[in-house]
Amino acid sequence: MSEPSHIKFRNPADERPLAKVLLIALSLAFLVFFLFLPLVSVFVEAFRKGWEEYYEALVEPDAVAAIRLTLTVAAIAVPLNLLFGLCAAWAIAKFEFRGKSFLITLIDLPFSISPVISGLVYVLLFGSNSVLGPILKSHGIEILFAVPGIVLATIFVTFPFVARELIPLMQDQGTGDEEAALSLGASGWQTFWFVTLPNIKWGLLYGVLLCNARAMGEFGAVSVVSGHIRGLTNTMPLHVEILYNEYNFVAAFAVASLLALLALVTLALKTILELRFGAGAAGGRH
Amino acid sequence: MDVKINNIRKEFGRFPALNDVSLKIASGELIALLGPSGSGKTTLLRLIAGLDFPTAGQIFFGDEDASHHSVQERNVGFVFQSYALFRHMTVAENIGFGLKVRPASTRPAKAEIRRRVSELLDMVQLSGLEKRYPNQLSGGQRQRVALARAMAIEPRILLLDEPFGALDAKVRKELRRWLREFHDRTGHTTVFVTHDQEEALELADRVVVMSQGKIEQVGSADDVYDRPSSPFVFSFIGESTQLPVELKSGTVLFQGEPLGITEAGEGPGQMFFRPEDVELSQAYDALSGKVTACRRLAGTRIAEIDIANHGHAPYHVEIEVPLHAPVELGSDIRFRPTRWKIFRG
Amino acid sequence: MTHSATASTARWRLKQPSIIPGFGMTLGFSLAYLSLIILIPVAGLLWRTAGLGWGGFFAVLTDYRTLRALYISFGTAFLAAIVNVVFGTLVAWILSRYNFPGRRLIDAMVDLPFALPTAVAGIALAALYGPNGWIGSFFMPFRIAFTPLGIVVALIFIGLPFVVRTVQPVMEELDREMEEAAATLGANRLQTIVSIVLPALTPALLTGFALAFARGVGEYGSVVFIAGNIPYVSEIAPLLIVIRLEEFNYAGATAVATIMLIISFVMLFVINFIQAWSRRRYGNG
Repeated sequence: MSEPSHIKFRNPADERPLAKVLLIALSLAFLVFFLFLPLVSVFVEAFRKGWEEYYEALVEPDAVAAIRLTLTVAAIAVPLNLLFGLCAAWAIAKFEFRGKSFLITLIDLPFSISPVISGLVYVLLFGSNSVLGPILKSHGIEILFAVPGIVLATIFVTFPFVARELIPLMQDQGTGDEEAALSLGASGWQTFWFVTLPNIKWGLLYGVLLCNARAMGEFGAVSVVSGHIRGLTNTMPLHVEILYNEYNFVAAFAVASLLALLALVTLALKTILELRFGAGAAGGRH
Repeated sequence: MDVKINNIRKEFGRFPALNDVSLKIASGELIALLGPSGSGKTTLLRLIAGLDFPTAGQIFFGDEDASHHSVQERNVGFVFQSYALFRHMTVAENIGFGLKVRPASTRPAKAEIRRRVSELLDMVQLSGLEKRYPNQLSGGQRQRVALARAMAIEPRILLLDEPFGALDAKVRKELRRWLREFHDRTGHTTVFVTHDQEEALELADRVVVMSQGKIEQVGSADDVYDRPSSPFVFSFIGESTQLPVELKSGTVLFQGEPLGITEAGEGPGQMFFRPEDVELSQAYDALSGKVTACRRLAGTRIAEIDIANHGHAPYHVEIEVPLHAPVELGSDIRFRPTRWKIFRG
Repeated sequence: MTHSATASTARWRLKQPSIIPGFGMTLGFSLAYLSLIILIPVAGLLWRTAGLGWGGFFAVLTDYRTLRALYISFGTAFLAAIVNVVFGTLVAWILSRYNFPGRRLIDAMVDLPFALPTAVAGIALAALYGPNGWIGSFFMPFRIAFTPLGIVVALIFIGLPFVVRTVQPVMEELDREMEEAAATLGANRLQTIVSIVLPALTPALLTGFALAFARGVGEYGSVVFIAGNIPYVSEIAPLLIVIRLEEFNYAGATAVATIMLIISFVMLFVINFIQAWSRRRYGNG
């Protein structure tokens, strides 16, 4: 017996209260050093010289251009990956076909490739010493060091997000509802629109949320293809880098604080979705 | 609408789930597909609905070859085992779905859809629940919503996959009676799948007994219970005892001893009889054994008996004995089947 | 819809017949998109590497700066993954077993490194662990930022959620009765944890480690700000690729990238293997 009997009953599959407190304290200390302080310091540094300078840094033309570019890139990359995610999940979850697990592995591929390499592959494909680059250039099409390259690199790194979210969800739901809808005379589109989509909408939103956060925040891949032309091909993360390297810390952290805010909003929405979605999944199938 | 199934074969990979199945279903009939799991009964139902494709064979709806028609074109009402109610739609939206998705030219007006939905709800006795969501309903209610939803499209035939499988015993009994009445009222050709023989025998006009991808017997409840056409049907439906016997110039021998009953033919066979189809006997030529257990079952008494002739392994059988008969544990008992069937070979 | 009703047996089939429509369209689009965005560009990289020939490839690989960069990338990623396995498991444990004020908030915040852009994390960590930062100044004259230790700090930040989110669901699924059974058999709490809980968590721990390690090896944004980027000392492999590109040394960039890519594939294979093994052994992922 590890404990005298006059102490309050404790479940044998549980730690002593003191051990619990110590473990919690140790975890919290770790999280404070590696999560909370970095987050807090973004905002502290951003407001170090007051609201005035913070505001100045955000309305400065290059910053505005960077914000606009980031929004544009996400507005192209996210819908495309959403469409892909829906198609891939439909094919994978609703049908049995050969090579399916290989396809799933391929979809995951961008997660295991360094973002720098994700950018590099487009430099090699469209760069000045590639086959394609000069041909496109002679037709007036710029891909590298221009917006299309940034969009491509962003699509690459955010490629799996929506599909990853939808595939297991749709596999779980099976094909029963779709068969019921078809047997009631619905067409394929009607089945998708009225039955499948409502069933997956929260998962879809979740995937889009994560995809968007990464699309707006991607640094490595975009940095390789962008060419860092101020006001033209700088996204927000790249703009942060430039300001930081110019020792303009307040401005760098001001723009960074916007991205941090985006991350916090993403986390908040994600948590709300998980609560809602988790409850839905539990009450789930009848 | 009558349905004709011609030489249907269905393979999953190399595994034949249905092997050369043919069946005719008359208009207005209530048919049960009965069999153990893996017998192919659900596969057959899904093939009729058009939810799966046969590897070979045809399905006719009336005179029309429906084999190549999609599930939408077949216009069948299918009630899924898990009901497959759309969780995000209310009861009314679920029932009206099949009408809402029709092409504009044949789609009823909104008011008409509402009217039809409330009519159907009335018919399945769920009026007042139209605004509920499926997860706010009991199992029996969901079942009836699923049925109303299937009926809304005015199906040519009604197909139900284990309609009572997910319900508790009491609700099951009620719904069973209710479905019979429903069928008699609407007169739809109806096919349902079940593994519960009591359900099939009680409810269906004809029972299709299936095993290992084949139809073993098709007939009324009386047919399949009193005149089983195969050893499988005899042992699957009701209680029965199976004994290996030998036919020799008109007499039946078990373990070399005569049983005091006669049947024409020569050679080995399997004899089947039901527990209630026996009489106690004092005669020398009868089955004899030791009573190993005895229990009361409603209005009768069941005796468990080990029968064996000297030097043979004992066979365990159960027979019904009169309540007043003197049957004691460990005592010897003699009996003969009064009705039996011997399958040769 | 009508194609297979009379089809003969045992023919080779791409897919099982199904009444659900849209297979051709969705799979077709998926494959086309996958090829255009991922497969062709990655194949292009490998093709360019093949163009280098063994000699060229080998020359880059054995270049001392390349070797150092790879060593630093893998070494720091390994250390960070180890730290994350220890503390990530601890965090997963308190989140799944204990109830304390703020648990929900902390649970949500664990995903911060997934959501926070890496560049933001990079400058924040550099400021915090730098010589003038809240944490960095505390340790002076010992320096954290702008040394390999800074890289480890950044990779701990990046990798933490991989371990927590892999281990936590498995912990929540663990059957408490196993632990109670161990207690009834006389094991004390520590023995129970070491001999009952940890073995059940091993596949998840390995997977979490591999994921955090793989991510750490390729990480760029958060590291470059805090690393100092001194060649041979704190220069990571992804940065070397960028430097080679800026020098227009495409061959050098391509070769380093290919080495990293091959190692990522091996990691991916290892992760899949661990998961398959754990499914077989324990019936979960």
